[in-house]
Amino acid sequence: MTIDQPKYKTTDEVDFVIIGSGAAGGILAKELSGNGFRVVVLEQGPYLTEKDFVHDEISVFNENLYTNHPDLQPNTFRKTPDEKAKPQRAVMYGRLVGGTSVHFTANFWRFHEIDFTEVTRFGPAPGAALADWPITYADLEPYYTKVEWEIGVSGQAGASPFDPPRSKPYPMPPLPTKSSGVLFERAARKLGWHPFPAPMAILSQPRPGRSACVNCGFCLGFACEVGAKSSSLASAIRMAEKTGRCEMRPNSYVHRIEMDANGRATGAVYFDKERNVQRQRAKAVIVSANGAETPRLLLLSANKQFPNGLANSSGVVGKHLMFNSSATSYGVFEHPLNDYKGFCVSRVLHDFYELDPDKVGFRGGGGLDARFDATPIGFAFSYLPPGTPGWGKSFKDVLSHNFSRTVEIFCHGTSLPVANNSFSLDPEVKDAWGLPALRMTYKDHPDDIKLCNWQNIRAAQLLDAAGAKKIWSNPVQEQQFSVHLLGTCRMGNDPNTSVINSDHQTHDVKNLFLCDGSSLVTSGRGQPTLTIEALAFRAADRITALAKRGDLSS
Amino acid sequence: MKNTFTRRELLSHGLAGMSAAWVAAHWPAMLSAAAHARAAAKSSAPPNLEFFSPEQAAEVEAVSARIIPTTDTPGAREAGVVFFIDRALVTFAKANQKLYTDGLSELQARVSEMFPGTEKFSVATPEQQDQVLESLDEQSPASSSRPRRRRGAAESLFETIRVDTISGFLIDPDSDRRGNRDAVGWKVIGRDPAHMFQPPFGYYDKDYPGWQPNPPDPVKTNS
Repeated sequence: MTIDQPKYKTTDEVDFVIIGSGAAGGILAKELSGNGFRVVVLEQGPYLTEKDFVHDEISVFNENLYTNHPDLQPNTFRKTPDEKAKPQRAVMYGRLVGGTSVHFTANFWRFHEIDFTEVTRFGPAPGAALADWPITYADLEPYYTKVEWEIGVSGQAGASPFDPPRSKPYPMPPLPTKSSGVLFERAARKLGWHPFPAPMAILSQPRPGRSACVNCGFCLGFACEVGAKSSSLASAIRMAEKTGRCEMRPNSYVHRIEMDANGRATGAVYFDKERNVQRQRAKAVIVSANGAETPRLLLLSANKQFPNGLANSSGVVGKHLMFNSSATSYGVFEHPLNDYKGFCVSRVLHDFYELDPDKVGFRGGGGLDARFDATPIGFAFSYLPPGTPGWGKSFKDVLSHNFSRTVEIFCHGTSLPVANNSFSLDPEVKDAWGLPALRMTYKDHPDDIKLCNWQNIRAAQLLDAAGAKKIWSNPVQEQQFSVHLLGTCRMGNDPNTSVINSDHQTHDVKNLFLCDGSSLVTSGRGQPTLTIEALAFRAADRITALAKRGDLSS
Repeated sequence: MKNTFTRRELLSHGLAGMSAAWVAAHWPAMLSAAAHARAAAKSSAPPNLEFFSPEQAAEVEAVSARIIPTTDTPGAREAGVVFFIDRALVTFAKANQKLYTDGLSELQARVSEMFPGTEKFSVATPEQQDQVLESLDEQSPASSSRPRRRRGAAESLFETIRVDTISGFLIDPDSDRRGNRDAVGWKVIGRDPAHMFQPPFGYYDKDYPGWQPNPPDPVKTNS
């Protein structure tokens, strides 16, 4: 907010209104304003900056300083469509300028070729609506590179033999190797696997106005007070503001996209900070509100022409929700690792990225990382071994011994797209603005559970090879909560089975575009954000070309 | 050479001893840390009670001191956990006020019932105190799968104090939550109270020679 921004009137027809300022919205704002367009970004959350960021776990986790608040925006959950959903927190996302990229772990894996061509490669998956993407890894490669260089990603090109081809190395070396990374690397090599330095959207070297990581240790869940985490806030949004054509408008909660009689989107209707209704007019509308709020907004915007939700003639808006499977194992070592210092992850392995379904008996694959992602209070409640007393001297002894000696192996993996897994509008529960609450319907595909158990066995094997004194795995359970919100307005060539085309344009409405986690056709193997950002850079190119050709005008 | 510092030390001792290259690389970060330290310093008022009566505070403190006892290292008492809980009840945990007030009365009744003649939890022996708390602990003491921060009127006071004590022991001491006084909780668990660190971080990375490529020609592993 230190840079002079234009102040557009709501009655001005700007070129683009972008709904959401996160991983995708921030990049679209930067690219489109950089290409000469007048852009208004409507962000439902506040505009916080480095001076507002804290290491106080109560503010961050209890008071939801950076995230959607369950009291204001309740969710409901059910496993299957025949159940009545119960109020339950089902999603968490960054609700502030910069979105979830402000508080994420910053793991920045690219998708591999297989993620775009699962069906061609292995055929359909029973019980899943698996589809190939209308674009390939090769189409996206230049944009992966663009993300890495423009926002700042640290890593070691060529270190993983399983990596897809890349046109350029990373712009900066990997972050330091943590003790967890050293143990992981040595053990993985003993087992014949191929660990590599984690690619992270965290600066290992300073950039103008941004510090390199100072290893404060409050990373996952926290906003970076030195600008080292390459969030949209610290990178793309600052660049968008410098163009002088982008207005960032926080505290603007969009609840309807309006249409004219010709079937064109005319702008976005939102509640401002005082809950007054405002209407921002625009020549084209881009929704980057995340995989939950994007489909919710389309469903809230149902009208005469689209009674089942805007741009939902296919009926798949909100469907095929994917999370990424996750399983966790833990080890306690003899000596202090002090892994609480620094970013979360320094080593990853992708030996299991592309598993052969005939050999393992399930579809999908994943990656393992060595991490410490707990802050002190969270550690005490969630990272002690089973059987540890909950209070008293022995609780204190275990806590004191383990805090500096614990490693987590996080197993990330595929979520198969299941049609019933979805976001929809709850018929009864309302949010604090009187809008229907977000309802989640979700039950993991059985293969996702098999993958988790398969990976947990390897994680325990790895911890054993690393010499851990105590090893345990969290029991794999069906997921009912997620921060990865994927696939709910999927991309495709067929308007009957997808919501957007490969230009991110909705099949139904020519000047309405969607770009965020909802665009993904498959979940990848665990880390979606880099792909979401690459898609955003690519979408900006496509949308710019369409606009310059006059294809968005009536 | 000193390679870590707390935000407060940054102000009081300046930058003596830091390597020039490291300081140059982290200058914006250090300015930001200094701003945080000033904010923290401003808000450090002497503890006074905002919700509890002194009598209630003594009982809560006595319970917290069994949850994280003082051993050869400091416990909940030394970390000033009772002041964290006191402030919590007028800030983020207002909803628990009645639970505490009613629960404390029930606690005293339980003490007298179990140990006739002993009127207050705080005057019972540590062994008696533990017996009282075990009788209130709805979950097996050997349970580690407790949900984090469960709250609500139906929760036992004990479970709420347990959660609040652990939170108050480990909260960022530079925050205005009033817990973890002088970072004693962090010191007990082995967390250096600094907010910036340089590698090496721990035992296993101190002699790490640096990244060496994986052996060539990997066989893709499927089992």
